Amino acid sequence: MIYKLRHYFGLHRQNAIDAFDDLIQKPLASMLTIAVIGIALALPAALNLLVQNGRSVADSFDGIRDFSVYLKPSTSLADAGKLAESLRLRSSIKTVRIISADDALKDFQETSGYSEALSTLGTNPLPHTLVVRPTEAADAARLTTLAAELSSKNNVDQVRIDTDWVKRLSAILDLLRRSVAIAGVLLIAAVIIIVGNTIRLDIQSRRDEIEVLKLLGASDGFVRRPFLYVGVWYGLVGGLFGIVLLVISALILAEPIERLTGLYQANFALQGLNFTSIGAILLGGFLSGWIGAWTAVSRHIASIQPE
Amino acid sequence: MIRFDHMTKRYEGGRDALRNISFEVPKGELVFLTGPSGAGKSTLLKLLACIERPTRGQVFVNDRNIGRLPNRQIPRYRQQIGLVFQDNKLLQDRSAFDNVALPLIITGMHQREVGRRVRAALDQVGLLKKEKSAPRTLSLGEQQRVGIARAVVSRPGLLVADEPTGNLDPELSLDIMRLFKRFNDIGVTMVIATHDLNLLNQLGGKRLVLKDGEIDEHTLPEFKR
Ligand SMILES: Nc1ncnc2c1ncn2[C@@H]1O[C@H](COP(=O)(O)OP(=O)(O)OP(=O)(O)O)[C@@H](O)[C@H]1O
Ligand SMILES: [Mg+2]
Repeated sequence: MIYKLRHYFGLHRQNAIDAFDDLIQKPLASMLTIAVIGIALALPAALNLLVQNGRSVADSFDGIRDFSVYLKPSTSLADAGKLAESLRLRSSIKTVRIISADDALKDFQETSGYSEALSTLGTNPLPHTLVVRPTEAADAARLTTLAAELSSKNNVDQVRIDTDWVKRLSAILDLLRRSVAIAGVLLIAAVIIIVGNTIRLDIQSRRDEIEVLKLLGASDGFVRRPFLYVGVWYGLVGGLFGIVLLVISALILAEPIERLTGLYQANFALQGLNFTSIGAILLGGFLSGWIGAWTAVSRHIASIQPE
Repeated sequence: MIRFDHMTKRYEGGRDALRNISFEVPKGELVFLTGPSGAGKSTLLKLLACIERPTRGQVFVNDRNIGRLPNRQIPRYRQQIGLVFQDNKLLQDRSAFDNVALPLIITGMHQREVGRRVRAALDQVGLLKKEKSAPRTLSLGEQQRVGIARAVVSRPGLLVADEPTGNLDPELSLDIMRLFKRFNDIGVTMVIATHDLNLLNQLGGKRLVLKDGEIDEHTLPEFKR
């Protein structure tokens, strides 16, 4: 029994090796197919990574419900300090940070690159600002009354809750995620069609050989097997190529991404190409290669009969 | 071994290629199938190889009604017979060895046993030294001998050959026919279609003459049940 099994797997291994040889023997045609498969598999993976990272950016802001309290320009830094002190005593407020007008200007000059234009202004147009972070226990209703109360204070010009754009980003990301799913399905379908077509051409060009094999007593299954292996190899090697494409893209993007995370004080960790996505690409390649080959062999091999 | 029973074969949209044929070939026989072009020789051999099916009547091989064989069982049946073709039908991208090995690989035979059997078959047709050659690099006679080695390597009880010497000159033809005779001597039943009457006179064996889709009455008594 074990002997038979080993023999059976031996035959399959031989099929797999022969199929791979086949691929190498037609380097140009194979490479074109593999390149197209690689791109088709890398694209949804890359989009997916993009969306995932966008999500982790959005999530990192999700817990933050800070208020920016812009004080009136007439307010002195000392008054701002006093106000901050009084706010800190409240149970619903966790921290209060003062950003002085000077600090705000410096920060703005550094990040915006408008330093020259601003310095010609002479005076600082920015007010002092308090960044108020409520405790986690404070619920939405409490936050609304807090915001209203703050804005009615004498020194306060305007209160802004900084979470609107996070919600918007979230909505956009949801849309993107669905688009990626659709694109993924379409591109996988494309891979199946490409492999199916390549195998179909392969079958047609080997029609005579298939007829001879059938005359010698080969079953449809026997004739099919090498073509299925070729399909699987196309999918797997295409997947590997896709992974290489992603790695190269990641290297090109590494520097700008680092700058971006630096800007946000690395509140979140960017995800690179992890094992899950590598596994997903290879599995996608394997399955779509196999299915593509299967559609071709199931339609074309049974119909080839010797005359 | 072989029995045709009131068998008629009509191709789509044609007249009868074979009409109401009945004959029997005992085991171990050597039968030469002759007759003018278009008489139905190839058609008869295709019925034996399960490439065509009878329109009416039956074809039995080893008491199996192969005219009614389910498609699924055809490969299994073909593994039990040997086929030789006029144009040898070797696979050009494989060596002589690999060509002869095909029927054994198809049956899933173990690799070591395959090697042993292939070399034995190549030895029998005198081509052991050419096992690595591509068919293209062999002479026509040698290619046909590789084709014969491929047909006998799985030790079939029945060998069917359609004009196996059709592409060869008389001397080579005699060579090939003697080779067939040797396999017949060890008990293989053979049906060989050929035009070459001169050749037959040197060989013996029984002769079945087809004319216009029917068996020539003079040759029939030998094949009566
Ligand atoms: N696939 C086919 N479809 C229709 N008619 C066919 C087909 N094959 C053969 N025929 C016809 O059947 C008849 C017998 O043909 P067959 O090939 O059996 O003759 P043959 O004896 O082998 O001739 P040859 O000596 O020329 O090879 C011929 O009239 C031929 O035209
Ligand atoms: Mg013929």
